[in-house]
Amino acid sequence: MLLELTGLSKRFGPVEVLSDVDLAIDAGEVCALVGDNGAGKSTLVKCVAGIHNIDGGAIVVDGEERSISGPRDAAALGIEVVYQDLALCDNLDVVENLFLGRERRRGLVLDDDEMEQLAAETLKSLAVRTIRNLRQPVASLSGGQRQTVAIAKAVLWNSRLVILDEPTAALGVAQTRQVLELIRRLADQGLAVLYISHNLNDVFAVADRIAALYLGRMAAVVDAADATQQQVVELITSGRSGTLGLTDQNGVRP
Amino acid sequence: MSAATEVRPEAEPGPGPAGAVAAHVKGYWAEVRSGEVGALPAVAGIIALCVFFGISQPVFLSVGNLANLFGQGAAVACIAMGLVFVLVIGEIDLSAGFASGVCASIMAVVLTDMGLPWPLGIGAAIATGVVIGLVLGTLVVKLGIPSFVVTLAAFLAFQGLVLIILKEGTNITIHDETVKAVAGGNLERWQGWALLVVTVAAYAVIQLNRWRRRVGRSLVHEPLVVVLARVGALTILLGATVFLLNLERSANPQRISLTGVPVVVVILGALFAIWTFVLHRTRFGRHLYAVGGNAEAAVRAGVNVDRVRIAAFVICSAMAAVGGIVAASRAASVDPNTGGSNVLLLSVGAAVIGGASLFGGKGTVRAALLGGAVVAIINNGMGLMGLSAGVRFGVTGAVLLLAAGVDAMSRGRGKLFGRH
Repeated sequence: MLLELTGLSKRFGPVEVLSDVDLAIDAGEVCALVGDNGAGKSTLVKCVAGIHNIDGGAIVVDGEERSISGPRDAAALGIEVVYQDLALCDNLDVVENLFLGRERRRGLVLDDDEMEQLAAETLKSLAVRTIRNLRQPVASLSGGQRQTVAIAKAVLWNSRLVILDEPTAALGVAQTRQVLELIRRLADQGLAVLYISHNLNDVFAVADRIAALYLGRMAAVVDAADATQQQVVELITSGRSGTLGLTDQNGVRP
Repeated sequence: MSAATEVRPEAEPGPGPAGAVAAHVKGYWAEVRSGEVGALPAVAGIIALCVFFGISQPVFLSVGNLANLFGQGAAVACIAMGLVFVLVIGEIDLSAGFASGVCASIMAVVLTDMGLPWPLGIGAAIATGVVIGLVLGTLVVKLGIPSFVVTLAAFLAFQGLVLIILKEGTNITIHDETVKAVAGGNLERWQGWALLVVTVAAYAVIQLNRWRRRVGRSLVHEPLVVVLARVGALTILLGATVFLLNLERSANPQRISLTGVPVVVVILGALFAIWTFVLHRTRFGRHLYAVGGNAEAAVRAGVNVDRVRIAAFVICSAMAAVGGIVAASRAASVDPNTGGSNVLLLSVGAAVIGGASLFGGKGTVRAALLGGAVVAIINNGMGLMGLSAGVRFGVTGAVLLLAAGVDAMSRGRGKLFGRH
């Protein structure tokens, strides 16, 4: 397994936001993380990304327990997060954004040509056809193109696990489809993808497995092929569905 | 169509050089329409102003006045170049004018009162600028006080500091010939031509090298004609300037001959080249734009945002010091008004007129120079027309407002054509 979370717990003061969460993601698969508002999706992501310290449990990468205490640690382990608000600089062009903070240089001088070529190769490897001019400012791109740039930025660095936080939330139908295709390609290229979404149509369109959080606990992790939307909705809203889902300490379903 | 040809459309067998040039022009026009007006308003303004003043006051187009313009605009242009760095990160430095006064005063004290040689005087002025920038930047970045407030306070404090350094407002004369030559000296005729050849050759080598590299990597590149046209245009522009400045411009050539490229033009050119390199070809410059565009994104990308922002303030104040040196050199003295009055507003105006954005993320050193030219031409031309100071202030204010309006509108237009 590329990434395993075992018994992960996180509390903010007296509030237990995550309790005893188990989740495993392997290379080459898209794992969707679903849950209602406040279920702990974002907190889980931030724990893996090193923004929050965990209070209990373990983060295991390649079978080795790791402590991730900052975004740099996460990046060093090949974990990249694409946040909802994208974190792109509108005034910089596509290439400049892709290499921001990790610019290639020849001596003191920026090697813009090298960066442009690498950027073109990366986008080509992702079969991105929507971005024609790599030298246009990101401000002039559509929402889907911006999301594509943000995702390409995350995979440019030999990352192995890409975490996408609601990548299609603000997109139209056609652009959503493009981004979903891109997510699928990431997994097909051997990356692990943790995909957070509210939209179950999108989730079923792209995910191999679906992990449902309910009030900070992992209700169930199901194979997308075996589950129905109805089941996932029940897992999200009540933490259980038929034989799936949470039980209390006495084995009784809550 | 494969992805490769889509990413690099120019790699396809093109429609011939004429078509490529047309496509290039079309691309530029599309950029302008989407709000990326760049230097266009400033260039158009310079041309319009020159035509207007040239017709109404023929002496405006005299060679003597051309040399005069450089001298009048140099200090403001220097300060404006520094301000661009602060504007790019989305901050403002209202104290740059009086910072230049403080630095000039320090230089005057070192040179005249202490009688030390000129390198120490100029060094002291620039070191003062660096310290001022460090203090301002640290207050803004580490304490989180808005730059508007910090530099407004510094604006007042530096005004007082100049008075204290100059012992309640005496005037210190500068006798050092080297310092006086900064704004008053001229090159020999042959030096002007030699400099022209070196500059054009360097520009051509850089441009052609870049073009060759991009062709070699089969990246999108401009047609060779466009590159050559740019080199040619620069040659003609600089050649004409050197030719005109090499003409005799003394009113009484028998008594005193006045020819050659003013030294201050060379200084402006060198500063322009250095800071353009820093802004566009170094990692630091890239990070300046990133911080101005989206500081949060820069933080997440691992940019040391605090250091970048403080450095911008340091550069701004150091360039204010250079502006102060130029102003002191031109006046051959320093008084409590050096760097005061409208110097700051003209400098901010110059940067904004040239295309720097008050909203951050946008601006070039070229903008400061072009905007500085507009400001200098307006003041010079209206002075020749004999307009009162009141009218001149009013017109300059109106031009600044117009430039800020264009800035705000092009921003809105960019939004309109941008997302979604």
